[in-house]
Amino acid sequence: MPSLIDIRRRIRSVKSTQQITRAMKLVSSAKLRRAQDRVLAARPYAGMLSRLLADVARSAKSDERLVHPLLAERPEERIQLILLTADRGLAGAFNSNLIKAAQKFLEDHAARRVEMVTVGRKGRDFFRKRGAAISEEHVGFTEKAAYSDAVAIAGRVIERFAAAGIDAVYLLYNEFKSILAQRLVVTKILPVTVPPEAAACDYICEQPPADLLNGLLPRYVEIAIHHALLESGAAQQAARMTAMDAATTNAAEMIDRLTLYMNRVRQASITKEIIEVVSGAAGVE
Amino acid sequence: MADTFLLEVATPDRLLVREQVGGADIPLTNGYIGVLPGHAPLLAQIGTGNLVYTSQGRPRHMAVDGGWVEVLGDHVRVLVNTAERADEIDLARAEESLKRARDRLTNPQAGLDVARALNALKRAQARLDAAKQK
Repeated sequence: MPSLIDIRRRIRSVKSTQQITRAMKLVSSAKLRRAQDRVLAARPYAGMLSRLLADVARSAKSDERLVHPLLAERPEERIQLILLTADRGLAGAFNSNLIKAAQKFLEDHAARRVEMVTVGRKGRDFFRKRGAAISEEHVGFTEKAAYSDAVAIAGRVIERFAAAGIDAVYLLYNEFKSILAQRLVVTKILPVTVPPEAAACDYICEQPPADLLNGLLPRYVEIAIHHALLESGAAQQAARMTAMDAATTNAAEMIDRLTLYMNRVRQASITKEIIEVVSGAAGVE
Repeated sequence: MADTFLLEVATPDRLLVREQVGGADIPLTNGYIGVLPGHAPLLAQIGTGNLVYTSQGRPRHMAVDGGWVEVLGDHVRVLVNTAERADEIDLARAEESLKRARDRLTNPQAGLDVARALNALKRAQARLDAAKQK
């Protein structure tokens, strides 16, 4: 039976862990709020861009066939997978779900050549250790991704796709569904699928539609990545918040149990002492 | 016909304007265009400059850089890479960067990217123009 001092020490250690998890929960709930605001703030641009792209694509189609390097459909032989994980752990199953999904993706496409672009430290460390083909890695900004980060990721990928170095690009990330749940999403971002068009209308085009497309298509890819980064950032904070909340509750339960145990041990030792005293007294009589 | 139209200005990070306006001057790559209610549908590329729109009878200024504009009926969508409202611009810093850009062009050093320096100059000028109109 452990001594009273051991149990007290144990309780103290659990308590300090609980303080840490509680603080982490508060921090991530504050970060979550900011991350959600950023997702909302970025939405109008994304919506307007996809409408604009649809309209420009239609205008472009009317005077020539729609051809652009970023729209080229090729048999998918060489695939690039952009995996968005977190930089830090302690976020429940956030990272492991992503990594599992990425492994499944690799298995499903085992017959083709898949290269990975890892964003976030966790994904990079896992796949580097296992010797997967990683063509690029980005770390350090998953908690607050700026638009320039999305541009940096998109740049190389777009270049390689346009030069026909790769045939398709997929994006794998966690979408923020609610505070309690994340949704794994796999989307194909290249070749670009032009969003369905709205009502027809004849535009005056200052520039030939094809020129407009040259600028719009890369931007569309960047925005898709930007959106994923922001979603993943919010989902990450939500996952961490839930995990830390659960940890705090578990710690409280553990403290209760240990306290009960400690009291029992104390009671037992008191009882033992009384028995000793009483039987000692009885021996004297 | 309505005497206003809905103007939306957004950057990848945020929405700056979504309101009914009386008119707008938009800097395209090859010069400014004025948009009034009832403008014909238009698709165009935006350059660097000072975007002005009239809201409740008062002109408002904004420095923008690069993007697209779509005019469709009573709805104008402006998508730009960067945008700063006049009251967000720090005048002293804008003047400073204009001076720097000028210096770089007047005393060119080896390996100067002229196109980039010119763009920087244009951006600085646009920000200054917008800020002065505040």
